Amino acid sequence: MISRFRIGPAVALAFLLLGAAFVLLPFFWMLSLSIKPAAEIFAPGIDLFPSRIEWRNYAKAFAEVPLHRFLLNGVVVCAGILVFQIIIAVPCSYALAHRQFGLRWVIFGLVLAGLLVPYHVTAIPVFLGFAEIGLLDTYPALIIPFIASVFGIFLFRQFFATVPAEIIDAARIDGLSETAIVWRIAFPNAWPAVSAFAIFSVVAHWNDLFWPLIAISDPNLATPPRGILFFRDEEAGSDFGPLMAAATVVTAPLVIAFLAAQRKFVQGITMSGLKG
Amino acid sequence: MSSGRIELKDVYRRYGATTALNGISLRIAEGSFTTLLGPSGCGKSTTLRIIAGLEPQSAGQVLIDGRDVAGLRAAERNVAMVFQSYALYPHMTVRQNINLPLAMRNMNVWQRLPLMDRLLASARDLAAAHRTKVREIASLLDIETLLDRKPSQLSGGQKQRAAVARALVRDPVAFLLDEPLSNLDVKLRLQMRGELVDLHQRTGRTFVYVTHDQAEAMSMSDQIAVMMDGSIVQSGTPRAIYERPATREIAAFVGDHPLNLVEVPARSRELPEPFTSFAFDTRLTNDTVVIGLRPEVLVPADDGLLAGRVARIEYLGSEAVATVVLAGDRTIRAVLPTHSVLRQPGDEIRFNFDSDHAHLFDGSTGARLKARLVPRSPLRATATGPVS
Amino acid sequence: MTYRLPPAVGEALTNAWLVGPATVGMLVLIFGPVLAVAVLSFTDYQLGAQGFAWIGLENYTVLFTDPIGQRAVVNTLIYVAIVMPASMILALLVALGVHRVASWNATLAGVLRTAYFMPVAGTLVAMATVWQMLMHPNVGLFNQVLGLTGVPGQEWLSDRGIVLYSLAVIGIWETVGYNMVLFLAGLTAIPEHLYDAAEIDGVRPGWDRFWTVTWPLLGPTTLFVLVVTAARAFRVFETVATLTQGGPGFASDTLVYAMYREGFVYFKAGYASAVTMVFFVFVLTLTLVQFGVLERRVHYR
Repeated sequence: MISRFRIGPAVALAFLLLGAAFVLLPFFWMLSLSIKPAAEIFAPGIDLFPSRIEWRNYAKAFAEVPLHRFLLNGVVVCAGILVFQIIIAVPCSYALAHRQFGLRWVIFGLVLAGLLVPYHVTAIPVFLGFAEIGLLDTYPALIIPFIASVFGIFLFRQFFATVPAEIIDAARIDGLSETAIVWRIAFPNAWPAVSAFAIFSVVAHWNDLFWPLIAISDPNLATPPRGILFFRDEEAGSDFGPLMAAATVVTAPLVIAFLAAQRKFVQGITMSGLKG
Repeated sequence: MSSGRIELKDVYRRYGATTALNGISLRIAEGSFTTLLGPSGCGKSTTLRIIAGLEPQSAGQVLIDGRDVAGLRAAERNVAMVFQSYALYPHMTVRQNINLPLAMRNMNVWQRLPLMDRLLASARDLAAAHRTKVREIASLLDIETLLDRKPSQLSGGQKQRAAVARALVRDPVAFLLDEPLSNLDVKLRLQMRGELVDLHQRTGRTFVYVTHDQAEAMSMSDQIAVMMDGSIVQSGTPRAIYERPATREIAAFVGDHPLNLVEVPARSRELPEPFTSFAFDTRLTNDTVVIGLRPEVLVPADDGLLAGRVARIEYLGSEAVATVVLAGDRTIRAVLPTHSVLRQPGDEIRFNFDSDHAHLFDGSTGARLKARLVPRSPLRATATGPVS
Repeated sequence: MTYRLPPAVGEALTNAWLVGPATVGMLVLIFGPVLAVAVLSFTDYQLGAQGFAWIGLENYTVLFTDPIGQRAVVNTLIYVAIVMPASMILALLVALGVHRVASWNATLAGVLRTAYFMPVAGTLVAMATVWQMLMHPNVGLFNQVLGLTGVPGQEWLSDRGIVLYSLAVIGIWETVGYNMVLFLAGLTAIPEHLYDAAEIDGVRPGWDRFWTVTWPLLGPTTLFVLVVTAARAFRVFETVATLTQGGPGFASDTLVYAMYREGFVYFKAGYASAVTMVFFVFVLTLTLVQFGVLERRVHYR
């Protein structure tokens, strides 16, 4: 074994490190450009690091477009979606896991079928419907299409199914109504699933461009990715420093959250593989 | 004040085509300790859940204190239940677990909101009363020091006590216990048996207990209802069930040692080996009869009428179980005392038994027969009692 | 005593209260629209138009015969055909490496894992603008580096022959970390004693061991990764919308972007619905293949 530890592993490790460097390059380059003076960005030659730190790029980014507004919109939309998703999915999941009723398998079948449908497929009719009732260019337009999360229902149902039926019966004996059981017994016990789902949901909708591009034309309602596009189109791709500063600001919240809670984060995001 | 008299009248439970309960009728007296005993899948837990209101019956009535409780939710029936897995709420401390039924019963939606016990006078008074009550119950069950722990930090026995405390706290009319001891190890199970009996005596409440463990049922109950295949096949005192089992299955199910069953033709003049010295005291019309002899009723005696040879001895300390091959090549098991000289494999052995202890069942239906198995020669009779 | 509902009615109301909102939500927001898209795909409906006509399969005929429509389909398939195998093979190599590193230095393995996963946590639209910087024909880092070695710079995002591959590189960059995590989970789940048994049976470490133990036991993981990767690749949109808008000359047009452009830029709802249906059928087929194959053919532990 020891003899094998000479060349092979060292080369492999070198490749691994090189690959990691390449993967991180865009992040590094984004940070680097975001603090580079404009003159250096356009100067020929390769300078990995700026000669001095230009904080003005960040000030410009916030001044030229309502970047704070994009971030706020992102928070409002993600929070709105998550809260409604949970309010709607959790009681349904509980009933699917712990109550016997005729339509149970029909509804669970709908949930499974729903998992197969990418949300892009529903965009045109939902857009037409929203246009009909004058909902376009509002916060609800960004939130409502996602409130019935089949993935959330599926995930919570699978989790509730592991909660022993005796605990539910005990709660019924103790005088809890079904609604009380949902929120006082089932929900607090589903915390691992809820937190993972929350990460999945927030990451998906913070990063989403497709639907905001369709549903929103007012820059004041733009979510962060939509805002980045407004920014870039306005500046016609010329003012790179502030654009990179804006990109950094938009990317930072999730990256910081990822670095702070890696295990949970990876779990939450990789779960999305189940979603068709 | 309700007293806890429970009555089941012809209760059925069907799931689609399958029938789980097939016309259950049972009276449970106020303050009694009644056990539903039976093998798994016999419907005993379903019966308990129907009494609790966790499941509706398909037909029939459940009366609690003479009142039909159909349509009353579990909580409205004011029964308490202890579950096999204890069913403590994992996210709450023991204190919160015990407090929950009190809060749900006595407080309205507003009073139950967080912090309301600080803000609302009525909520404050109730919360204080509940705290006192929780402490009382905890001290009764000797778990005061565990009140701030989560269920995951408790041992099996401690969880069991916490579950009982939660059931006890709101003063229910009846306690329903669904195999509450089956997850405990043997020693703890014996200890908890005693504690439950104590608790029953101290509270004077009706206990309805479900178990598949006949020893548990025998040792704790006033009344046992033996269930098989969705029906109550016999109910009575533990002694009545042990001594006069209504069917061969019940006889086989009840008792510490597996019952010896020997099938013999019933109509011939003489019984075959090894029962050549015996006869039935009445003429039987059955084709065959199964003779049931409990290993513990066989008494070794030099003038015994059952003769055989010891094939194997299992020494258990307080007793020994002998496997004996009787004349006619019938194998039976017998419990022997260990305080006298122990037999060895190959030894000749003879047994006597009290005729009251030999159960006779119909060979095809398994139903108990009135007839008795008695010695043929009156001189050598060992059984003297009248026909029961 | 107050009036009570019959128990069966009460139960039914409780069920409705618990599952009603979710069920209505699913019907109105998912299944209704899917049905509507299917129906719309047979019409010439335009956003804002007063009426429409049934035109049968014409939208589909156009999509598959018109050069622009064909481009979207073909481009998407090429993109998937590049991103899927490349990101899977790279992810498997990285996962094997990281798994090995973890056996002697858990910290380093953790750092590597974090590094490779970073693109998944990054906001893709923002990162796409960074790639635009990197691929900038004049001041971009790539062409500057190429310049050092004497190779002429490329128009990464505006050369018809290159643009799709440039997007694929970004797609691979974005996907490797995700797949690596899935492979790592699969590798960790392989019981150590199987390797011991293989060694006793004379299987040599290295390739031998990989082909006899690791690869067969990774079967379910691999198939799962395959389908997930393909489904993600089919949905490519953010990078196209941010960097090329399908250009130049539809050289980087893809199905989802075509759906967006036809439906929401040109307002051809009928045609866009047909594009949607084609996209949907691709993704659906993939997932159903997963269910079918995964259940039967793959070696389970």
